[in-house]
Amino acid sequence: MSTNKIGRRNFLKNTAIAGGGLVIGFVIPGIADAKQIADSTTRFVPNAFLRIGSDDSITVIIARTEVGQGISTTLAMLIAEELDVRPATIKMIQAPAAKEYVNIFFGFQSTGGSTGAQAEIDRYQKAGAAARSMLIQAASNRYGVNAEECRTEDGNVIIGQNRISYGKLVDDAAKLPVPAAEAVKVKDPGKWKFIGKNYRSIDTLEKINGIAKYGMDIQFPGMLTAVVDRGPVLGATVKSFDATKAKAVPGVIDVVQIPTGIAVLADNFWTAKLGRNALEIQWERGPNANRDSKLLLEEYRKFAATDVQTITKAGNIDEAFSKADKIIEVEYDLPFLAQTPMEPLTCVVKLSPDKCEVWTGTHNPEFDQLAASKITGLKLEQVFINTVYSGGSFGRRNTNDSHYVKEAVELAKASSNKLIKVVWTREDDVKGGTYRPVFLHTAKVGLDKNGIPIAIKYTLVGESVVIGWQYEKMIMTGFGFDFTVVSGIVDSPYLKVIPNHHLGYHLTKNTNSVGSWRSVGSSHTVFGIESLIDEMAHAAGKDPVAYRRELLKGFPRHLAVLEKAAKEARWGEPLPAGRARGVAVCEAHGSYVAQVAEISVSPDGKLKVHKVVCAIDCGLVLNPQAVRAQVEGGIVFGLTATLYGEITFKEGKVMQNNFHDYRMVRMNEMPVIETHLVPGDKMGGAGEAAVPHIMAAITNAIYAATGKRIRKLPVFAGDWKKSTINL
Amino acid sequence: MIAIKVNGKTYNLDVDPGMPILWVLRDKLGLTGTKFGCGAAQCGACTVHLNGDGIRSCISPVSRAIGKEIVTIEGLDAKLRKPLEQAWIQEDVPQCGYCQCGQMMAAAILIRDKANPTDEDINDAMTGNICRCGTYQRIRKAIHVAANLKKQTIK
Repeated sequence: MSTNKIGRRNFLKNTAIAGGGLVIGFVIPGIADAKQIADSTTRFVPNAFLRIGSDDSITVIIARTEVGQGISTTLAMLIAEELDVRPATIKMIQAPAAKEYVNIFFGFQSTGGSTGAQAEIDRYQKAGAAARSMLIQAASNRYGVNAEECRTEDGNVIIGQNRISYGKLVDDAAKLPVPAAEAVKVKDPGKWKFIGKNYRSIDTLEKINGIAKYGMDIQFPGMLTAVVDRGPVLGATVKSFDATKAKAVPGVIDVVQIPTGIAVLADNFWTAKLGRNALEIQWERGPNANRDSKLLLEEYRKFAATDVQTITKAGNIDEAFSKADKIIEVEYDLPFLAQTPMEPLTCVVKLSPDKCEVWTGTHNPEFDQLAASKITGLKLEQVFINTVYSGGSFGRRNTNDSHYVKEAVELAKASSNKLIKVVWTREDDVKGGTYRPVFLHTAKVGLDKNGIPIAIKYTLVGESVVIGWQYEKMIMTGFGFDFTVVSGIVDSPYLKVIPNHHLGYHLTKNTNSVGSWRSVGSSHTVFGIESLIDEMAHAAGKDPVAYRRELLKGFPRHLAVLEKAAKEARWGEPLPAGRARGVAVCEAHGSYVAQVAEISVSPDGKLKVHKVVCAIDCGLVLNPQAVRAQVEGGIVFGLTATLYGEITFKEGKVMQNNFHDYRMVRMNEMPVIETHLVPGDKMGGAGEAAVPHIMAAITNAIYAATGKRIRKLPVFAGDWKKSTINL
Repeated sequence: MIAIKVNGKTYNLDVDPGMPILWVLRDKLGLTGTKFGCGAAQCGACTVHLNGDGIRSCISPVSRAIGKEIVTIEGLDAKLRKPLEQAWIQEDVPQCGYCQCGQMMAAAILIRDKANPTDEDINDAMTGNICRCGTYQRIRKAIHVAANLKKQTIK
């Protein structure tokens, strides 16, 4: 997950490389065996995104990975709209690894940064419109009428009284030239039947009746399940091992050493896990052997004070601080966070001398293909990545180093069993890294006698999630620093309106244990800056919404969502004793979001989140229903991190294990969430846009209720059993 | 050999009696609608019915099912399944969907036992089921809808 800002900067370059928006061609290069995803009725393959069968079946190839964000329904809607079919009649298939499916914002095949709908709108609209024009051409040729006399409706070309279904036209249409992308006209938005209106997810039924096959559900006759011991510490390596007891477990078929550890294979998960429990392994604990979360913070404080790269600056902060009427100096601490998607990682590999097939939920099939090719020595076209349903991701399956695919391919290569499924346990997942990194923020603000900020020094210390990864080059060459770390603050309107400012960053050593976590940089920056603004408002003796309104007056999209959220949450209206509201507003992933949380704290410190009102301006809304779902989901995801989320290390070990000590918000803690869509122009993302604001909205509300300022997340830090605030 | 009855069908299986029902269902019978989420009775993705009670199949040894009847999402009675499916579709509940079979199985018991579940009943019945996508608000609404649909079908 990167940010769309980077995407936009690279857009022209990348599209030039990728060869334009609509990739036209009846033969799809990169798919050696196109039949693998086409059935015998498929006749008409106008482009890489759409197939129409002689049985009237319409299949849309989904270029971005469906991880629950609803992108498949949205992309199907775009084609359905242009093709004049009902979206619900469309069959959706996840794209294989192939260059046709690159994310045009990135230049490689990747799902991330909440870019899906923004990046794909043109290609999918044009894919549908091109197919429609070819079907019309086929019908007009057959009936000897002008194309202008034909219209389309619900999967049919209509000429006078005749209705010809698309399926009856596909053989003729397939012989016609595909129109050039620039010649394809898409519908006028005023004529949209589906886009912009609520449309329910097309794939709900199969997800609730047990039919949908997630990676975990992929099974083949003869397949073995593997469970891997990866050691007690991230990055540990095997010194020696004894598999005698593991092999003695009835049903264990093999024990195999692979680069990441020791794999135990059986014909089912349970036996493999019993075998793993019986392994005796001596570990080389490696570079993370003594890692301790408590020591990290002390180290980070030193960096913040001594060694900082300037990201952006203006004016003279020291001079301004000396003139300030009031100085605020604070620090904010944020922990490691795991994504914990409901489906733990899994990867199925079938390896033969001339073919490597992979079934997995992944954001980056192209990288996985490359990785598998390198390990097996097979050519790229001999490696087939089948992207299957992911039971969530939140960044966990956006690895870029393809580590869980590599591991499974290494196992298939090393084992005499060539059809294997690696299954991660929940503990493997919780302890397995790609965490949102720990961050320390230090801030110093000078206010004038009216409480208006005249100077700010804001410093971030923490690890980058792109160093050493495939994104690194793209991001670091574009900005000279990791943009994803500072997104949410580098472009903050607050910095722009404070004449003397300095934003600094200390990049800490890469520990190979961090990764993308839903909303990436904003997941920590928004908490910091929106807590700080609240502290400034209170120091100035001003209402937090009024104070923000004053600072944001030159930023209409921020202002519009702030006003909407405040109005709908009845900001300023009296509440019963113990109840209070807190607010946060920020741009994230190109969308403008404000949230107001209404909470109460009992006299003994028990917190209840009653309601969250969210206003979002994400520009053009393709499917309001899907945006609302992402806002609700994003808020719950952010709320879990606010209250409970915390991965800690002691003597190198991750101290959390499973959902009992890496707690999730559950039904009984669920606030009412109210989402308001605010119209706006430029399109932004939805999947990650509403995640970070809730953190500061909650802690700002806690301050309003109790006078206690929480500057360290999670709110219930230090003990997973904790559920009261120390007042 | 262990004889168990799943969705009305009897199976004679040569499995370790300590193997959790979850892995018998998934890896021995190919019934993959019951999901593995935590292996520790923490998330509810593996919820099935054992003689009509909701259980966490990931920690329940198959020996516990001897002489009893297991119902999974694949075999859920239409009287419960239909209203739940309709409500889940109407409220557009799932995102990734991975936890939803478990949510449905937990909700099925609730609407079977309570004609008019309150929000408090829903908290009690559903708090053991985690949804990482955060669809709780929609699940709550869908349960109210399903309970109403079920009453309409009975009439």
